[in-house]
Amino acid sequence: MPSVSFKVNGQRVNVDVPADIPLLWVLRDQLNLKGTKYGCGVGQCGACTVHVKGVPVRSCSTLATSVAGQDVITIEGLSADGTHPVQRAWEELDVPQCGYCQAGQLMTAAALLAANKKPTDADINAAMEGNICRCATYRRIRGAIHRAAELAAAGPSRAGSGAPRDRED
Amino acid sequence: MTTIAPVGRRAFLKVATLAGGGLLVAVYGPRLGVAARGDRPAADPLADTQLNAFIRFHDDGTVTILSKNPEIGQGVKTALPLIIAEELDVPWAKVTIEQAPLDPAVFGPQFAGGSTATPLNWDLLRRTGAAARAMLVGAAAKQWNVAAATCTTADAVVTHAPSGRTATYASLLAVAATITPPALDQVPLKDPAAYRLVGKPHKDVDIHKIVTGQPLYGIDVVVPGMHHAVYEKCPVFGGKLVSANVDEVRKLPGVTHAFVVKGGPALDGLLDGVAIVADSWWHAQSARGKLKVQWDGGATAATSTAGMDAKARELARAPLDKVTRNEGDVAAALAAAPMVVEAQYSYPFIVHAPLEPQNTTAEWKDGKLEIWSPTQMPQPGRDLVAKTLGIPPADITIHVTRSGGGFGRRLKNDYMVEAAQIAKTAGVPVKLLWTREDDFAHDHYRQAGWHFFRGAVDAQGQVVAWQDRMVYDEIGEADFPSRFVPNLRLEVSTPFHGVPTGALRAPGSNGQAFVVQSFVDELAFAARRDPLQFRLDMLRRQVTPPGPRDRFSAERMAKVLEVVRDRSGWGKTLPKGRGMGVAFHFSHRGYFAEVVEAGVGARGGLVIHQVWVVGDIGRQVINPINAEHQAIGGALEGISHALAQELTIDKGRAVEANFDEYALLRMPNAPPVDVFFHLTDNSPTGLGEPALPPVIPALCNAIFAATGKRIRKLPIGNQLSA
Ligand code: FES
Ligand code: FES
Repeated sequence: MPSVSFKVNGQRVNVDVPADIPLLWVLRDQLNLKGTKYGCGVGQCGACTVHVKGVPVRSCSTLATSVAGQDVITIEGLSADGTHPVQRAWEELDVPQCGYCQAGQLMTAAALLAANKKPTDADINAAMEGNICRCATYRRIRGAIHRAAELAAAGPSRAGSGAPRDRED
Repeated sequence: MTTIAPVGRRAFLKVATLAGGGLLVAVYGPRLGVAARGDRPAADPLADTQLNAFIRFHDDGTVTILSKNPEIGQGVKTALPLIIAEELDVPWAKVTIEQAPLDPAVFGPQFAGGSTATPLNWDLLRRTGAAARAMLVGAAAKQWNVAAATCTTADAVVTHAPSGRTATYASLLAVAATITPPALDQVPLKDPAAYRLVGKPHKDVDIHKIVTGQPLYGIDVVVPGMHHAVYEKCPVFGGKLVSANVDEVRKLPGVTHAFVVKGGPALDGLLDGVAIVADSWWHAQSARGKLKVQWDGGATAATSTAGMDAKARELARAPLDKVTRNEGDVAAALAAAPMVVEAQYSYPFIVHAPLEPQNTTAEWKDGKLEIWSPTQMPQPGRDLVAKTLGIPPADITIHVTRSGGGFGRRLKNDYMVEAAQIAKTAGVPVKLLWTREDDFAHDHYRQAGWHFFRGAVDAQGQVVAWQDRMVYDEIGEADFPSRFVPNLRLEVSTPFHGVPTGALRAPGSNGQAFVVQSFVDELAFAARRDPLQFRLDMLRRQVTPPGPRDRFSAERMAKVLEVVRDRSGWGKTLPKGRGMGVAFHFSHRGYFAEVVEAGVGARGGLVIHQVWVVGDIGRQVINPINAEHQAIGGALEGISHALAQELTIDKGRAVEANFDEYALLRMPNAPPVDVFFHLTDNSPTGLGEPALPPVIPALCNAIFAATGKRIRKLPIGNQLSA
């Protein structure tokens, strides 16, 4: 079995893996990082989204060997203590229902905000379209992304101007 | 239908001091949800009772409340303990919630289904909290030698205002344990106007764990020495295994066991298959690619959606074999009517596809089984495992994990019994995980249905005849318009098809509402009447008094219809190409009327601008955030059904295999949903389901209003561009 070495949430790891194994299963079953979820295995639902070099990728459809030497961030490493603006906004708006899709939603949203500090509804729709929420929490996810943008602008510890209402722009 | 009995006379409390301090309050009561078995006095009250809830007080002032039912995203893990905490008068911040293990002897019925958690538990849990509070007040009164009635409680403190004395609950535990528990049916309950927790928004108790990716779900379970398993079944539903190359598969990398499992005939039990167990799930799944199995599909191999469609049309030409309602004389009324409207409707099989694929972890050790499972029905799961494996239920422990969605799929425990059998045969702990493709291929699908209508309105624009021939429909009945049309006949036929089916969020109703409320719209159009006023007029013209099986109140429905009319601005002028549609439906004890505003562009592009949901679920909304989540989620799920969901059957198997071939609603198509609860003086009822059904016909009726095109077949798919 090939061995592959990369960084996960800032820590270097070295694992022996089957040549064809997707990153998802290495994270979940070999590194015991259960936050990243399996939903479809074919790149359709986004539940398995992680960041590789800051870019959101579907770990179910990414070969583990292809991330050799790279930086991988999972939901467990999105922040040290659950205070990334998207996490704070998600809690403030009580976004989840079953919660299963939310790690993938949060990772996709965090990558969007890193690239676009003040996304419009259309920007958010385009960025989030690949993430299925079977419980259909879509409106709250969108509201929480707007709220996270406010929180991020206000700085790490200060609150923004209150949760936005469900809206179209 | 289940009778929900109020908390009975024989319910009582049991109190025990906990080792290391603290007080445990347990409520015993007659089983809820089962009609009383006469008034036979029980010699030993425990022999006929069950323990329904637990409160654990701790010396440090914190309280642990056990949540008895499975959490599948419907919010019970927050809502049920909230009811206890309200009457108990403890601050929510001091409460820790624990998921109760499966132990129906202790907790009473534990399941998630039928929007029953609120109606089955509302009364009992209030009384549980109130009784515990009464004992703490009693303890303080005894210590202070004052009348209990002169004491008040707030924030886990008892106060005697006249003397200015206070005592924390924690300081009263030892004395409280000596107080005789009050009879549950006599304990005074709070005036709802004084509620501090119930009716106020409370976030999901697990939210921090969810947003930080902590393990919570069945798929996240790890036990020492755990292996990983996959299970291959016949693609034709219920097919039998003839032979398999398990000896070759066993030699593949990482594979530790590969064996044939012989199952039975029940589609929701253990079916024939091949188990592959490996050191990792990826190895097990990879080995599956080399598996060669010969199957015998049996009679079901001839089933197809197209064949069912042809069969339904053929059958509906003549009266069907079973008549479920017959009022007046439909044939005569249709013959005499100046105009008869005829229409054929159908809706397809659809999948549940909760986002967490089916999985269960099982360990067989010393003749006992331990199971960790995301299930909506742990007790029937245990019974199924016990029966199939020949183990006494007492030797099976079930841990219920949070579920990544349920929607009715996890009412069936097929994946649980598979994991149990594989663990027992392999002799190692295993986590069985289905792929999404397994889930599509082996769901218990929402039943497809075909309806053949004939209806008539008279010169005054009133409905005088309604005939519905239903083929393959899973209920074969209708709460409405039964009783509201003088000549009405419902017939049903359910030929064999062999496809496994099961309850999916608002079962029966999710198809019935579409056909009934669409055909009502057709009659309103034929009568040249406003479709909303036409419905109000129908509801106000009850022609047959309600019989014992009629549960539907026309007054409550008419009211929500009026409220949604006003909230949506029904009748307002809309731009060209836009329309509003309305529908209502009664299900799971809830009354819902909904309006959709939608537009269709020149090339058939559909835009849903807004949905209005108005529901009557009784006098109390327990957790408003969650209630809104459930209502919005239900409405958006209905839209998802309507837009594109369709599972085709061909040669006795599912055709679509994953989300690339089967479209679920995604963010850009999720419209804003306005939710309003119209409170009425009725017992609070559940919300998982009843908001879903009306949105489908409301959308289709909006499309008709916008374009003149009537959607008679779901999903809408590309019908608008044709
Ligand atoms: S599991 Fe990777 S996109 Fe669905
Ligand atoms: S919250 Fe259940 S899938 Fe998104």
